[in-house]
Amino acid sequence: MELIYQHPVLVAAIIKIAVLLFIVMTALAYLTWLERKAIAHIQSRWGPYNVGAHGLLQPLADGIKFLFKEDVTPPVASKFVYTLAPFLALSLGLTSIALIPFGPTTGKNGVYLFGQPAWAVTDLNIGLLMLFAVGSLGVYGVALAGWSSNSKYPLLGGLRSSAQMVSYEVSLTMSVVGVVLVAGTLSFSELIEKQSGPFWHWNIFSLRWGGVPQIIGFICYLTAAVAETNRVPFDLPEAETELVAGFHTEYSSFKFAMFFMAEYANMITVSCLATILFLGGWLSPFPDSWHWQWFLPGAGLLALAAYCAWNTVAEMRGIARLQLGVVTLLAGGGGLFCLIPVVAEHIQGPFWFTTKILAILFFYIWMRATLPRFRYDQLMSFGWKFLLPLSIANLVITALAVVLWPLVRHG
Amino acid sequence: MIPMLIFMFCAALAVAGAITLIWSREPIHSALALVLVMMSLAALYLLIGAPFISAVQVIVYAGAIMVLFVFVIMLLNFGLEERTKFSKLAIPGIILAFILMAEIGWRLAHSAGGRTAPLVEASTRDLSEMLFRQYLFPFEATSILILIAVLGALVLARKES
Repeated sequence: MELIYQHPVLVAAIIKIAVLLFIVMTALAYLTWLERKAIAHIQSRWGPYNVGAHGLLQPLADGIKFLFKEDVTPPVASKFVYTLAPFLALSLGLTSIALIPFGPTTGKNGVYLFGQPAWAVTDLNIGLLMLFAVGSLGVYGVALAGWSSNSKYPLLGGLRSSAQMVSYEVSLTMSVVGVVLVAGTLSFSELIEKQSGPFWHWNIFSLRWGGVPQIIGFICYLTAAVAETNRVPFDLPEAETELVAGFHTEYSSFKFAMFFMAEYANMITVSCLATILFLGGWLSPFPDSWHWQWFLPGAGLLALAAYCAWNTVAEMRGIARLQLGVVTLLAGGGGLFCLIPVVAEHIQGPFWFTTKILAILFFYIWMRATLPRFRYDQLMSFGWKFLLPLSIANLVITALAVVLWPLVRHG
Repeated sequence: MIPMLIFMFCAALAVAGAITLIWSREPIHSALALVLVMMSLAALYLLIGAPFISAVQVIVYAGAIMVLFVFVIMLLNFGLEERTKFSKLAIPGIILAFILMAEIGWRLAHSAGGRTAPLVEASTRDLSEMLFRQYLFPFEATSILILIAVLGALVLARKES
């Protein structure tokens, strides 16, 4: 207890990091499940179905499989760098998530832990810059993995990947500067608070006096983010027909899993950033006076529970029936818990934040199921000759508008 | 107490990184050691209350310049560095190093025994005020110099036709 009173910031931070790490790791695992399931249904397949009801235990099975596979290190590999690369990739991926505030950090709607905002591990006043700092190091994981494997395909994959990530990082950063210009701050919570009001006040629309719509910036950001995370249609680094598996060809067992997790962690980070910068972060799309929206999380979970209950009774047999029954109980219990007025009031922020992140993640997955891969020269010319000029144009227009708006107002 | 410990740790890391940078015969290990130096310096900037400089240090040096270093090393695939037994330049180098260390030691011994710069958190706004008002001309001149360097690289890289 002494410790808590002496270093409330430290103790709160450690608790928040532990909880966030647990949630993010679980989310990463189930994001792979969601991706396989969604793509399967888009392509008229079932996807994972046998391990647990609806394949719900598949991520767990995959995790155990990764842990117990033999960890092969190529004898010609540069041992130290070969081991360092996956650690770098994963730890940087997870570090960036720690910078994101998931709910209100100030005011009466915030939740506090020993006097510290509970929804954010840290709320830096240069959060955006720090996120880009951590993100800009992400390329090391890929480049070093490619180099240290001492093998043809990983080297080519690593080179391609680092060239791609460096190229698209320029557009990524440029597309965000417009938002920063309008808001005049680099702090995530302030960036979100400035978008408060009805949903057309969000930076993507910004339909208000003195606002500059950032729809072009949003499109540029989303495209560059897909390339930055090496996802379809920009997944050249792992074009299997040309490069086997790209930079992680020589990796096996849990080191491979770490690259895999890093990719999904990066997906979550860029979705969070898109949500914060363009879609109003934890703000609700409805006016604050509509109190019925407090019960949306509970109602959503109860609807899920109802569906699961029906599914359990109607379709599941044997052990799957038991597993889905547990899911039903969890969803139902969670739903009822979220209906308690005090709880409902305080989980609004994280609820809307998560909903928006999930929407963007689904968009990612949807794209992977739909689009074919670019050719390498197309990728480069698209990045440098189309995306970068477009984001610079957006920046110039925004800057002009920011300068001219006060003149319009004051005549 | 805790800041002092963090300072000691980061300073030790920076020195260890700098020594590895020179000692290592593998170019990529040297490059990584330099990244380590940059990162520890960024942590030190954080410690003296300059988060903006710290973030920019990471973005520019560790995230951009060193990535290009690593990229070039990967692309050209150098072997191990070759070593000579002894370089004649080492003698003036050692002398200079001793002079520098003596100077730093002398200054430290005669300073008021502590920090002299005021420890205020420099905000992004303060920094931009200085950069874009007080030092606008040097700033613009530097950007033109960099532009010239880019143009020079383009001219050198252009194919002869």
